Amino acid sequence: MSTATVSVPAVAPPAEDRPWTRLRWAVVDAVTIMSRNLLLWRRTPAYIMFTVIQPMMFMLLFRYVFGGAINVHIPGGYVNYLLPGIIGQTCAFTSFGTAIALAQELQKGSIDRLRSMPMARSAVLVGRLGADLVRLAVTIGVLIATGYAVGFRFENGAVPAVLMVALALAVGLAVACVSAFTGLAIKDEESVQAFGFIWVFPLTFVSSAFVPIAGMPGWLQAFAKNQPFTIFIDEMRSLAVGGPLLLHAWQSALWVAGILGVFGWLAARAYRRV
Amino acid sequence: MRSDTAILVEGLHKSFGDVRALRGIDFDVRRGSILGVLGPNGAGKTTAVRILTTLLQPDAGRAVIEGRDVVAAPADVRRIIGLAGQSAAIEGELTGRENLEFVGRLYHLPRPRCRARAGELLERFDLGQAGDRPAKTYSGGMQRRLDLAASLVAEPAVLFLDEPTTGLDPRSRIGMWSVIRDLVDAGTTLLLTTQYLDEADELADQIVVIDQGQVIAAGTSDQLKDRVGGDVIEFTVPDAGRRADAARAVSGLSDGDASIDESTGRVGIRIGRRGSEALIEAVRLLDSAGVEVHGLTMHRPSLDDVFLALTGHAATDGATPAPGRRRGRGGRAPRGSPPGPDAGEVGP
Repeated sequence: MSTATVSVPAVAPPAEDRPWTRLRWAVVDAVTIMSRNLLLWRRTPAYIMFTVIQPMMFMLLFRYVFGGAINVHIPGGYVNYLLPGIIGQTCAFTSFGTAIALAQELQKGSIDRLRSMPMARSAVLVGRLGADLVRLAVTIGVLIATGYAVGFRFENGAVPAVLMVALALAVGLAVACVSAFTGLAIKDEESVQAFGFIWVFPLTFVSSAFVPIAGMPGWLQAFAKNQPFTIFIDEMRSLAVGGPLLLHAWQSALWVAGILGVFGWLAARAYRRV
Repeated sequence: MRSDTAILVEGLHKSFGDVRALRGIDFDVRRGSILGVLGPNGAGKTTAVRILTTLLQPDAGRAVIEGRDVVAAPADVRRIIGLAGQSAAIEGELTGRENLEFVGRLYHLPRPRCRARAGELLERFDLGQAGDRPAKTYSGGMQRRLDLAASLVAEPAVLFLDEPTTGLDPRSRIGMWSVIRDLVDAGTTLLLTTQYLDEADELADQIVVIDQGQVIAAGTSDQLKDRVGGDVIEFTVPDAGRRADAARAVSGLSDGDASIDESTGRVGIRIGRRGSEALIEAVRLLDSAGVEVHGLTMHRPSLDDVFLALTGHAATDGATPAPGRRRGRGGRAPRGSPPGPDAGEVGP
């Protein structure tokens, strides 16, 4: 082949390839994708029901149906015990949306379209996670407001309350990376959903989310005590209503960092390979 | 590479595990022309398009789009290509206009330019009226047009259309065809995959036929048809006893023998590209042989005939069995390799 240069008519101008410019575009592209995802969320009432109303319903059911039968010894009683648990569960449930949306986009071919464009390749994943984090923040806000209406109170001051929400968002991001990986690896919407239920339900129910672990059979306690959701939820509960902070704090930080590192990397790899 | 080559593909290989989706394909596309990549489901068409649009890395070989190598300079390639896939990659909850503006923003076009371009494309693709309705309310044909419009937002120099009309009703297909022709009139280079022979025949300047990951034929529609033996003269002889006489009478028109279908009484002979001269000759020969014939016709072979002759099997899965006469010369047995699924193709 000769090295004849080719003149190409009517093309987009070449983007700057300097690192800062690329980083700036990566952020701009991620925000574009994020705002589109949030727009889609707002336009789908059924989806809002599933993501916001359902956690609220869970909280009211546990508060009024099981609450009277469950004895906990913390300030404010069961509703104060429950809210951090519901928030922990919501972090996991919200991530269903991450996995399902990625699998749908793969099947529909819209990820192919986006990847054939000169945009930052990270933007689809980062924008998806960003949108899901905003969605989770809205849901947590609604849960706390509902909680206040049915007797929940932060007993430990404003800063720990803010830290509790921050921890919830960090956990939500970590779990969303797990889900993003499953969505990109499994690729089929129904299978992704079925698989999600298999790991999300045991992890959130066999934990300190809804009832004290002491009431479970011994063999189950061993798992429940040491699995990350118990650690996250115990830490959130301590931040919200008081209790031992430090041990669960560094354990939570390690778990979040570990899950983010491993599954963030796996999700990015799966995305590059689709 | 010639200076007017827009797409150059050399020795492209790609396997998915044990499935060899591409087994060394070569072709090139002249700037401003349409290449039709024709093949059945699982032939490797989508795999080839995914490599050319930088979505997949080839195992071996190279592909160059307007002087930019898809492996060495994928970012440069992405700036000059557009892709519309088999399914409409649009968001049903967003309006047509929002879908197009969103794509413009990802190409980093300024906001006013995004809006202007969305408006232009909606008008051009006859979606002006529907532009502010959610895309999920569009018909199948409208969704494909919107998807095609989305691939054109940044005015790509080279456009890839992967089965642009699969699943469309006949009217929408013809609508898509006219849209596609207009694009090329405007100077865009286009690579189009299809499993519809009439589509390649209708649109493509050059055609490559792919089967089981290899290019088995390439050329213009006419050149491919010539490979099957050119035009066919056919007629019916009602008197079963005279069919052999009739076949013998016209055998001088061709190097080969006339074929006789005893069940229908149809006699056919391939006459190359001699056209109407051969037709007149046939009438004269049959008349002097004193054979009574009905329904004397001359027709060009369709690309269906070509595909059958080249591969020994029909072009589309579940196609109606080709009439006996089509199993003429040039046909050969299907290849021995097992028909594995093509991991790169998504069936309709």
